[in-house]
Amino acid sequence: MINISSGKYILSKGLDESLLGVHKSYRFVIEYFKQAFKPPFHVSEVINQCFEIGLRSVTLITLTGFIIGVVFTKQSRPSLEDFGASSWLPSLIGLAIIKALGPLVTAIICAGKVGSSIGAELASMKVTEQIDAMEVSAINPYKYLVVTRVTATTISVPILSLYCIVMGLLGSYVNVRAEEATSFITFFENSFSSILFLDISTSLVKSVVYGFTIGIVGCYKGFNASQGTRGVGRAANRAVVMAMFLIFIEEIIIVQISNWIRFF
Amino acid sequence: MENQNIQHNINRDEQVIEIKNLYKSFDELDVLKGIDLTVFKGENVAVLGKSGSGKSVLIKLLVGLLKPDKCEITVLGQKVDKLSNMELNSLRLRIGFSFQNSALYDSMNIRQNLGFPLTMNVKNLSKKEITKSIEEVLDAVGLADKIEEMPGDLSGGQRKRIGIARTLILRPEIMLYDEPTSGLDPITSSEINKLILQVQKQYNTSSIIITHDLTCAKETGDRMAMLVNGKFNMEGTFEEVFDSDDEQVKGFFNYNFIQ
Repeated sequence: MINISSGKYILSKGLDESLLGVHKSYRFVIEYFKQAFKPPFHVSEVINQCFEIGLRSVTLITLTGFIIGVVFTKQSRPSLEDFGASSWLPSLIGLAIIKALGPLVTAIICAGKVGSSIGAELASMKVTEQIDAMEVSAINPYKYLVVTRVTATTISVPILSLYCIVMGLLGSYVNVRAEEATSFITFFENSFSSILFLDISTSLVKSVVYGFTIGIVGCYKGFNASQGTRGVGRAANRAVVMAMFLIFIEEIIIVQISNWIRFF
Repeated sequence: MENQNIQHNINRDEQVIEIKNLYKSFDELDVLKGIDLTVFKGENVAVLGKSGSGKSVLIKLLVGLLKPDKCEITVLGQKVDKLSNMELNSLRLRIGFSFQNSALYDSMNIRQNLGFPLTMNVKNLSKKEITKSIEEVLDAVGLADKIEEMPGDLSGGQRKRIGIARTLILRPEIMLYDEPTSGLDPITSSEINKLILQVQKQYNTSSIIITHDLTCAKETGDRMAMLVNGKFNMEGTFEEVFDSDDEQVKGFFNYNFIQ
């Protein structure tokens, strides 16, 4: 391992620090899998964090999901009508919201709201020595703070994604109902008519990966914060930027893998 | 200045902390350059030195919060650098660490702050037993009425007291105080000094008190160790250090008097 603290650099200070950053983040992720399955499990703290994360985001997801459904329907209708395919509208909406928009929009909202909050909370605990205080009290701060939060985001984001999908479809139905006499059941049947098990599985896997990413990035940035209160703001900001960047990369990778699976 | 502190029941046959040849650097900055220090059972050692001299680094190395570059640290008969994580945690339960800014958990009230180390480390404790322990340590620091308050609602002195109470709940054998009186007015500082002495008497602890406050050092320390340029250049009673001819020691004392 590169020993920056000793003052001896292998390449240069900047390059060594970047490589060390990659190595540190890799170890941080691996540490989660090492500790998550070992007791004690701090179940009550995980539930508490799930409740915090869910409650903190539910209003925004309700509103955003519903509006996405309405707007997407409004914008898709004229194009489909041009091709005489307006009956495909529920299918198109279903495909778009279930496969892409639901998980992605939820992840972006959670990265902004939850990721920044985790980053800021842990960073402020770090700069005020609260994490050190846990450590000297023989409490494993990684286990208590990181494992619980990452587990909570990994559980909560898929649930919120599902909720966002339902709200999106509801928004779409409200718009469709305003234009034509379609029953609720018919709309939902049509929405799911083109959805395969693979699509739902991919959507679920995406949400789980996004949830894990939001949690681990927020915790990593918070846990490694420095430079006092300035570091707290920086950790919150970087947690959001990095989580969003990774979410988009993961989106591409998962969709590509899903397409390969579909092909075979 | 006259040393008014009371000599405690010091057992010079029993060493609770022994530091030999301790080196620590950050980047290219050498902070500690070969420190030797021994603390005996029942003794309070005040470590004096200007800001940035490495005083806090010294006690963080003792509990494994930082890793030394080179050293031999023995705490309560165990070599800190040779311990596994589990052994280090067992040792940490026997050491109380009072942080400079108290480090109380913001999201928890005082009851939860004090109960947290207990519930996480001692299994099968009933709620009644936990409450009893919390009330006992709050009584010891004179803040029994603050049990339901949040840390943000407390004054600086009260936060320091609660920070000390949180370490006492695990009944430590050694107390490490990091700048216990920094940022406090003289009256509150004096109360904290009395509390440090009371804790030592009541819980039979040995302590290292990191400070640049001469009154605190004089009132609480049985022995002073002056940290200058990464080394202890003077050790002894308050009077011995105060009367030293060393220019840097004299400079430090003069500066504090002017302050």
